[in-house]
Amino acid sequence: MLIQIKNLTKTYQRHDGAINAVDNLSLDIPKGSFVTITGPSGSGKTTLLLILGGLLHPTSGTMEYNGKEINLQRENELANFRSNHVGFIMQSFALVPYLTALENILIALNVKNSNKSEHRNRALELLKWVGLGDRTTHYPKELSAGQQQRVAIARALANNPDLLLADEPTGNLDPGLSEEILGVLKDINQKQYTTVVMVTHSPMAAEYGNKKIQLKNGKLQDLDQIRIEENIKVLIN
Amino acid sequence: MRLTDLTLKELWHRKSQLVSGLLAITLGIGVIVGIRSISVVSEKAVAINLDNLGANILILPQAASVDNYYTADIDAPTFPESYVEKLVTSTLPGVDNLSPKLTRRVEVNGQKIVLTGILPKSEIASKPIWQQGGIVGEQVAASCAPTGPKKYADEKLQRKGIETLEGNDCFIGSSIAQRLKLEEGNKLTIEKSDFKIVKVLPETGTIDDDRVFANLQTVQELLGTGDQISAIEIMGCCSEISDGLLGKMRNILPDTRITTIGQIVSTQIETNNLMNRLSLVFLIIILFVGGISIGNYIWANVNERRKEIGILRMIGYHKRHIYNILIFKALIMGVTGGIAGYILGTIGAVWLGPQFAGLAVSPIYLLLPVSIAISIIISVTGSIIPAYMAGRIEPFSNMQED
Repeated sequence: MLIQIKNLTKTYQRHDGAINAVDNLSLDIPKGSFVTITGPSGSGKTTLLLILGGLLHPTSGTMEYNGKEINLQRENELANFRSNHVGFIMQSFALVPYLTALENILIALNVKNSNKSEHRNRALELLKWVGLGDRTTHYPKELSAGQQQRVAIARALANNPDLLLADEPTGNLDPGLSEEILGVLKDINQKQYTTVVMVTHSPMAAEYGNKKIQLKNGKLQDLDQIRIEENIKVLIN
Repeated sequence: MRLTDLTLKELWHRKSQLVSGLLAITLGIGVIVGIRSISVVSEKAVAINLDNLGANILILPQAASVDNYYTADIDAPTFPESYVEKLVTSTLPGVDNLSPKLTRRVEVNGQKIVLTGILPKSEIASKPIWQQGGIVGEQVAASCAPTGPKKYADEKLQRKGIETLEGNDCFIGSSIAQRLKLEEGNKLTIEKSDFKIVKVLPETGTIDDDRVFANLQTVQELLGTGDQISAIEIMGCCSEISDGLLGKMRNILPDTRITTIGQIVSTQIETNNLMNRLSLVFLIIILFVGGISIGNYIWANVNERRKEIGILRMIGYHKRHIYNILIFKALIMGVTGGIAGYILGTIGAVWLGPQFAGLAVSPIYLLLPVSIAISIIISVTGSIIPAYMAGRIEPFSNMQED
């Protein structure tokens, strides 16, 4: 198992009282799986993704990564966890505007101290892999939305992560480009055996997952289980 | 890609903001460097003027200031030459070698020069540089000067007088000689009168370089002032001065301003001290204003870069990486502001010094590292709080939560 979370709760204090964005949630994510998380707005999908990526401290609960517990309250431990094991893909691409495509990948490699020319070769290799070998010196504003998302994917893969977290990666793309990007994610999952966890609103995108999760009010609903239960009901009736 | 490369890229990307962020610190450092450059030169100029003056008592018209005398204002007040006679006939002890002068600023071939009328034999050619330049005459000494092998307590008590300066002969300063391309033996025409240059004086670094020295009577006739003079320089005995010589002279010449070199020096030193205190006040103001200005700039920059800092934190940058990026940026701004301020202040002082203070100002290179150090201190200090706040930006700041 790559990730095991137990009794995870994230509570936000608001003026009108406390709200549990994630409510006593336990979840196992197997190595090499493609997990899709769906649910209505405010259901806690992104909060769960942030906690899985070590970007947000939960109020309570534990998380094990490869059998080792991650201290979810220690900033530097989480930063190391992010740079060593996790790649992020965001709806808004999250590229630094004044850096070229190549440099946007290099900043991720920069966190690790190793050979500079190795970094450059790795970044160039990734850009070629996502089909942007001829756009290395282009700035984000000089690239199309699809190309920007490809740069973001290349950056997410820079440190060979075991886990790729994607928050609405196709939210800003038209249907054609969406399928293209989802195809790339599927490739990464199948060819590199990288675990992918994707938050999405799109039922079409959710179909790419081999483990589908639905959240409602911060609680887990297993779509496969729901479907089985629904089928049983149909058969009984 | 190193953190320094990232910082430099960001600085270049927002260079117009950088310029406005540096404005306050550059201007502040520039003002300090400018004041300091002028005051240092001013201190040197006082010392040179003192040495070149030779005399230790100066008599000026009541309404005139020492500045009027040195700058040779066209409207500077004068008094009658007969005052010299009054002092000579008073038989006051301790008053020797009276040297009357008339100075006026005139134009020659489009160049402004200071025409100074002197009386040969009376003029104390005390200026060491003149003596090095070969203008020698009879030895003159104050009546109280000690004789024999004993060294003089005040070297200015023994000088040499100018032997002769014929009606249409003149000495010219080195600066005039250069500007008007004149040499010894050439002719110089002032107010339609021709003068023969008998000596080009060596460079002194003072207003004397812009002076033409001619016979007093000739200058009086030329300027149509009659028997008026601008000042009387006297080589007085220090012991008599301390015994109230100035008071006795004021009784004889009540409508004059009588001052000793010591007073002039102390006035100038006070002015220099005032400028130094002013520099200190500026420094304190700049420490506050510059620090706040840089802090404000970095704070605005951090707010503008919230998303970008969030991205860096998301991909694994630690808080200390963010601090390093911003403090390195502050360091670059400090160095740039220090250098720019030094250049601005030095150019200002070199350009304004001669125009407003009558001083030729040269760059003081020692002020460059001082400027950079002050600027770095201001810049880094001003950036500490914004850098700390930047470190607190959450790594998910570039995302939207549902």
